Amino acid sequence: MFRSSSDTAHSGLRRSATVRTSLGFVGVALLCLAIADIQVTTVAPWRELGRLVIGLVTPDFSDPASIGTALMRTVAFAFVGVALGASAGFLLALVFHLRAVRTLCAFVRAIHELFWALIFLQFFGLHPLTGVLAIALPYAGVFAKVYSEILDEADPLPMQVVPAGTGLISSFLFARVPDAWQHLVSYTAYRLECGLRSSAVLGFVGMPTLGFALQSSFAQGYYSEVGALLLVFFVLIATLRFWVRPWLVPLYVVVSPFLLGNGLPIMWGNVTRFFTEDIVPAPLRHGEGWAALWHWFSDLLLTEALPGLWTTVVLTQIALVGTGVIALLTFPLISRHFTTRPGSMLGHVALVVARSTPEYLLAYVLLQLWGPSMLPAIVALALHNGGIIGHLIGRRSNEMTLRLDASRGVDRYAYEIVPRLYGPFLAFLFYRWEIIMRETAILGILGIATLGFYVDSAIQELRFDRALVLIVITALLNIGVDSVARALRRRLRLRHMVNCEP
Amino acid sequence: MFKDTLRKLMLTLALVAPVAAAEPLVFTAIPDQDETKLRERFQKVADYLAEELDTEVRFVPVKSYAAAVTAFRNNQVQLAWFGGLSGVQARQLVPGSEALAQGVEDAQFRTYFIAHESTGLEASDQLPESIQGMTFTFGSKGSTSGRLMPEYYIRQQFDASPEEVFSRVGFSGNHSRTIDLVESGTYQTGALNFAVWESEVAAGNVNTDAVKVIWETPTYADYQWTIRGDVDERFGAGFKERVRKALVNMDDPKLLASFPREGFIPASNDDYQGIRDTAQALDLID
Repeated sequence: MFRSSSDTAHSGLRRSATVRTSLGFVGVALLCLAIADIQVTTVAPWRELGRLVIGLVTPDFSDPASIGTALMRTVAFAFVGVALGASAGFLLALVFHLRAVRTLCAFVRAIHELFWALIFLQFFGLHPLTGVLAIALPYAGVFAKVYSEILDEADPLPMQVVPAGTGLISSFLFARVPDAWQHLVSYTAYRLECGLRSSAVLGFVGMPTLGFALQSSFAQGYYSEVGALLLVFFVLIATLRFWVRPWLVPLYVVVSPFLLGNGLPIMWGNVTRFFTEDIVPAPLRHGEGWAALWHWFSDLLLTEALPGLWTTVVLTQIALVGTGVIALLTFPLISRHFTTRPGSMLGHVALVVARSTPEYLLAYVLLQLWGPSMLPAIVALALHNGGIIGHLIGRRSNEMTLRLDASRGVDRYAYEIVPRLYGPFLAFLFYRWEIIMRETAILGILGIATLGFYVDSAIQELRFDRALVLIVITALLNIGVDSVARALRRRLRLRHMVNCEP
Repeated sequence: MFKDTLRKLMLTLALVAPVAAAEPLVFTAIPDQDETKLRERFQKVADYLAEELDTEVRFVPVKSYAAAVTAFRNNQVQLAWFGGLSGVQARQLVPGSEALAQGVEDAQFRTYFIAHESTGLEASDQLPESIQGMTFTFGSKGSTSGRLMPEYYIRQQFDASPEEVFSRVGFSGNHSRTIDLVESGTYQTGALNFAVWESEVAAGNVNTDAVKVIWETPTYADYQWTIRGDVDERFGAGFKERVRKALVNMDDPKLLASFPREGFIPASNDDYQGIRDTAQALDLID
């Protein structure tokens, strides 16, 4: 799946640019760390952690029906959401060269699933459609972009040799798609895993998935129930490739819509009301004129958007470097250059746990244990994303062959492997930059004062006009970071790798 | 591929189509306490109302105060057990809706400020000056006894916002959680619904050596049952009054103890004018 890379042959100039960029990021992160609030505020943080660990090793499966239902709903929401997102994304990929489509896709995917869910909750309420669309919409934006990149990278030769007069659709299906098929399938499978995580997390805002039960059990300190739910979730993700077989997928997709549960009926009048009243800025709604609108907007900007933006950026930069550190420290766990087979099995388990635990969930857990500061968020983001990148570059290191007399131990790590992996490592890291930022914003819902905190407050106060402005600002921030990351990748000539996208 | 897409679209449409059935009365409640307790309590209420009203009654749990208000506003629930503030918000958004009944205690509700023993704070008849600079947690952002009233009295006492008075301000999510967080020392101080405190202490769930009440606010009106104005059209003439009667006549001691309330008395929208003014003063509603 990985393209063979040329990034092992660093020129002196390039290396220095790479090193300078890396040091720059580390420097910024240290500055941010100096001003960030990373106190552990609980009196006995380790006692709670101990209770959680005991809960994990003494899982309580006494209510299999409710665990089973939550699990089934989690899978169902993921399948329906991802299937809709993939279908829409595929169609959009065909017209992705249009600027309007590209912009639209960038915008919908810059808004986190949880924010979409909070928006849909306002007019669809607790209906399955809320959860399905919250996954399908941003995923369609991601799928459109990645599918179109995969199709663009497919071998152009078959397309050039189809006989003149072949229809557009047949030439596309027979000359373009076959070469890209493998990549399309493997990327879609990867997104399904993401979809399961998203689906689980949607429970935190009221969808009937694992997150719902998890949040209830956790808030009440029923750690054995938490343990059972987490274990079930890890097993679900780890065994994905055994139960998601290509020939089973159509069956899952057909059955899933019937397993979403009923929720509450939708009243369509609410949709109209949301768009024509709720999200109209209060001063306009009350006919107070443009001056009042400006006052409303600048007040929102100064007291909420800017402080939220600042915290979001500070936290993101620390978490980004933390992610890099964790990735570089953990990839040897699964690399055959450093471990033996049984050792790498354990490493795999550790990294699977780290990457299949959604940041949101991890942050929620750590926040309960350590108290409210940026620390839980930083650790959660770094562990989850570091686990993902560690897994990717560890796998990549296994494709490398070293000379028989290559050095061992620390020397091998520092002089043989890391220099060769550093290019792809940075490429992965820059890809995750935007994702980390999007997650950072959303962690605000848990009480850390990033943009999500103010979005959540606005929604709790039923001021959707404010919430929407803040969500749009969050989306613009993500789009901005994404384009900076792209520029950096281009400047450092880091090869494009499709399958590490979000 | 296209056929596949079409099929998925059809399925979505099927999914969107409203489920047609004899309409049940659906109600919700603000998630102000541990969920298991709420589910137990309100399932009993649902059974009771179903019997009294001779109609199907369904309870739907939600994850936030705002979600309860939104479900009420969206007519996905017709009846709700709101707090003072959420009730005011809901009735402002749904013209014609009415506060039906409140608990006997709700006419004289209070907020308790609590503190961890390490703070050395003692019970007194006003908010102690030395609380400044400590860490503090509210309950939910939309709570009356856990947010609105404590914030009001903090501002009254110190003439400053909570963020200025305390070194750190958090939102625990609900009243049970506030007790946990102050008891474990995650926050040095907090404010919560007095009734939840009293019942948790009585049930032996609180380590009163680690956490204690340091101040109680003056009284105000809080929780109430609120019903939409259009229920008579939907469920038949006089339905609203039947619901009110059923609520006020609730006398199963176990059921009442689960709230915990002595009983329910009729309420009106005007009872909550004070809450409304306070919320406006704190810029929590427009």
